Amino acid sequence: MVNDPIHQFRIHNILGPWNILGYDIGFTNSNLFMGFIVLLTVGFLLLTTTKRALVPGRLQSVGEMWYSLVHNMVENVLGHEGAAFFPLVFSLFSFVLVANMLGMFPYFFTVTSHVIVTASMALFVVGLVVVVGIMKHGLGWFKLFVPSGVPLAILPFISLIEIISFLSRPISLGLRLFGNMLAGHIVLKVFAGFVVSLVALGLGGIIGSLAPLLMAVALTALEFLVAFLQAFVFAILTCVYLNDALHTHH
Amino acid sequence: MATITETTETTGQPEGGAFPPLDSSTFPSQLFWLVIFFALLYALLSRLVLPRLAAIMAARKNQIDGDVARAQALKNETEAALRAYEKSLADARSNAGEIGKATRDKAASIAASQQKALDSELAAKIKTAEDTIAKAKAKALQSLHTIAADSAADIVAQLTGVKTLKPAAAKAVAAVKN
Repeated sequence: MVNDPIHQFRIHNILGPWNILGYDIGFTNSNLFMGFIVLLTVGFLLLTTTKRALVPGRLQSVGEMWYSLVHNMVENVLGHEGAAFFPLVFSLFSFVLVANMLGMFPYFFTVTSHVIVTASMALFVVGLVVVVGIMKHGLGWFKLFVPSGVPLAILPFISLIEIISFLSRPISLGLRLFGNMLAGHIVLKVFAGFVVSLVALGLGGIIGSLAPLLMAVALTALEFLVAFLQAFVFAILTCVYLNDALHTHH
Repeated sequence: MATITETTETTGQPEGGAFPPLDSSTFPSQLFWLVIFFALLYALLSRLVLPRLAAIMAARKNQIDGDVARAQALKNETEAALRAYEKSLADARSNAGEIGKATRDKAASIAASQQKALDSELAAKIKTAEDTIAKAKAKALQSLHTIAADSAADIVAQLTGVKTLKPAAAKAVAAVKN
């Protein structure tokens, strides 16, 4: 059963089931890890800044790098007007990063391997873009879908493409993260499963298991990279999309 | 849903219905708690953690900017002091040159005047000495003439017995001398 690569994504109630409006909102293992993410992120960042040293030590440097990475990203993409969105982008980045990194521990649950989590965050971001865009530019914000300087004959066609590309943003944003985390964890589990199955076959199997073992080690390294990269991509795409809400320079 | 059959085949677990990440029965609780935990994370980060990090980094930036400004001010001060020192050094050098020249000129003029005074004094002494020598010489010559004339008169008197030849002898000596 434990060899089943899908088992790691299974959700079960820890507390509950509690029913609200006919929906079960019992506290599950996934929710427990969401709590861990909050605890770890806030706890770690507070721990790194306890000394408030003028010359940062190792821990404080990590906290400051974490901060500067997102701060520079928001500054570069959104400019000074984007400062209001910095806490949000930082929260999204930290949530995804810590979720992905926690998922790298064996027997831990990967919150971001569930499409409902990633899709909700992506829809929230794109919804925020629409709300902020209309609040800032009024209905003129919809000019985003009507690029200037395009001949009238092909304008409807271009607008259609613009609208489709805008609507596909939450899908690409949410599914990219979900797909990466899901596939990575399945592949890791499959290769690790090979090792266990082959070793059970005896001496020949032990020698043969070296290949999937090396593969699993290499994939683990790759998955750490992917875990960081996907968090980074999620954050920077959030910035790029929010940029459309702030500046309609199409 | 092709995944459903596939999952049940591979797992064979009684509880496992749908492929877990796509099992919509778990969506309400995940969504509910995601909203709560994400809101909590956002609140804690934006109220507590980020202001703290921002304050630390702003304090460092202020410190560095202040130090750099102070260093720049000190550097300017140093440069000004160096310029002032070089200027006074150059002034002192040119002053020293002037003083040296004046002193040299004065010493030279004093030496020249003393030289002149000495020269004239010496010239006067030489002149008196030469005069004295000339007088002595003339006197000596005169007495030589007298002696020559007397001797000549004495020799003649001895030889001939004529005693009044002295003036004639003096005349003859003067003629010889000329």
